[in-house]
Amino acid sequence: MTTALFYLFSIFLLGSALFVVLNRHPVYSVVMLVFSFANLAGIYFLLEAYFIGILQVLVYAGAIMVLFLFVVMLLNVSPERPRARWVPLDRWWFGAVALVFVISLGALLVRGVGQLPSARSEVPDGFGGITQIAEALFSRYLLPFETAALLLTVALVGTVFLAKRKI
Amino acid sequence: MSGFDIAAALVKVLLVFGVTMLTIMLMTLAERRVSAFMQYRLGPNRVGFGGLLQPLADGLKFLLKEDIIPTQANRPIYLLAPVIVMVPALMTMAVIPFGAPLQIGEHLVPLQVADLNIGVLYILALTSVGVYGLVLAGWGSGSKYPLLGGLRASAQLISYELAMGLSIIGVVMLTGGLTFGEIIAYQQETGWNIWKQPLAALIFLIAIFAETNRLPFDLTEAEQELVGGYHTEYSSLKFAMFYLSEYANMITASAFMVSLFFGGWDVPFVDELAMGGWGVALSVLAFVVKVGFFLFLYIWVRWTFPRFRYDQLMRLGWKVLLPLALVNVVLTGFWLVWRAGA
Repeated sequence: MTTALFYLFSIFLLGSALFVVLNRHPVYSVVMLVFSFANLAGIYFLLEAYFIGILQVLVYAGAIMVLFLFVVMLLNVSPERPRARWVPLDRWWFGAVALVFVISLGALLVRGVGQLPSARSEVPDGFGGITQIAEALFSRYLLPFETAALLLTVALVGTVFLAKRKI
Repeated sequence: MSGFDIAAALVKVLLVFGVTMLTIMLMTLAERRVSAFMQYRLGPNRVGFGGLLQPLADGLKFLLKEDIIPTQANRPIYLLAPVIVMVPALMTMAVIPFGAPLQIGEHLVPLQVADLNIGVLYILALTSVGVYGLVLAGWGSGSKYPLLGGLRASAQLISYELAMGLSIIGVVMLTGGLTFGEIIAYQQETGWNIWKQPLAALIFLIAIFAETNRLPFDLTEAEQELVGGYHTEYSSLKFAMFYLSEYANMITASAFMVSLFFGGWDVPFVDELAMGGWGVALSVLAFVVKVGFFLFLYIWVRWTFPRFRYDQLMRLGWKVLLPLALVNVVLTGFWLVWRAGA
């Protein structure tokens, strides 16, 4: 059951991710990206990381992608020159960039796989729960957490300042 | 999972789905009858006893209407949007407990479809996905008014989601858990949360009115300005899907409110768990009555108050409710520290 679901989510995830990259229509791409996030959340659920999974939906799919959609919708890409429906794949530099990416990802995977715990290892009690994540965030990773909060505040104030000169 | 568990889960899924659909039907009728009552007229009372079969007649009419897809519409997006609105609206009821656990033989069956350990966040996440349906419906229709309606709807939903989420945090801080089971058990022990978090309850109540696009916050479908909002171009069953999900969202929001602040299925001063089958029946009845009250409140408010202006709505959300919700979080924190010290 779990394995079947894993493959189902993975196929949907990869398929929709490919669609995002290869399709030329920006709104379709955003919708498919949201769909791929939903499937990623599904994989987190299978790993019993419910909190991370729900954050994936709540923050990425629910909040950030809505802003993407706004931007894409309101930019309204002009249909002046006829454009292909799909991204043409015959340019050589596409292949080159993809190759570099695949090699670096492959290297990462090869190095990382050896360090993973085996699939049969026990999941500790309360793993991925909100308590554990909160304990990690507010003790061991307190400084990075607060720095990120400060950074976001600065970005927020800056955005308001830039967008609204007269307040 | 034994066969019994699977059977129980199936029964619960069908029960919750069926009751939700039935309540939606009754709500469409109640809306018209209650509004008629408030305006000193009769309302639809001809189809069936007291108009009880009116929703069926309405549904039939939706089915038989011509399904129009505008030529300017973006077809895939236009067809997808009602589905994106409806599916999350019907999924959210799954985490809400509607009665005390039922003892059948040696099995203890919790009256709740799924007890997720992040139950509260699950509802917030799904409602935030529902926003896409509104935006895409507005954009995909390829028409000006729906686009404006969709933009308003999404801006409104995103703004009030913040106040809503922050008002829940106070309750979660008191309880120390995100499951509805824990929240209700906490309220059974120490009294309903409405007494301890009145400010949060008020903010939450206002926010759910805005989240469900109901008057006085139904800017998204302000008829005088926008014709009909994001679903202007929809007809037939696709319009019915928007209509159904609006009522489904109201039911979920009421049940959410009841579970967070009004003890869920709890009856004060009564130990339901010790009463066996009768206790369970009593708890389900209590839950239905409480949710019914909030559904009535929705209709009552709709036919009592005028609509806000758009800038007033935004100002209320960002400059009043959000700071108040933050103050509530800080106060709750101080109180918890003080209590731990005392």
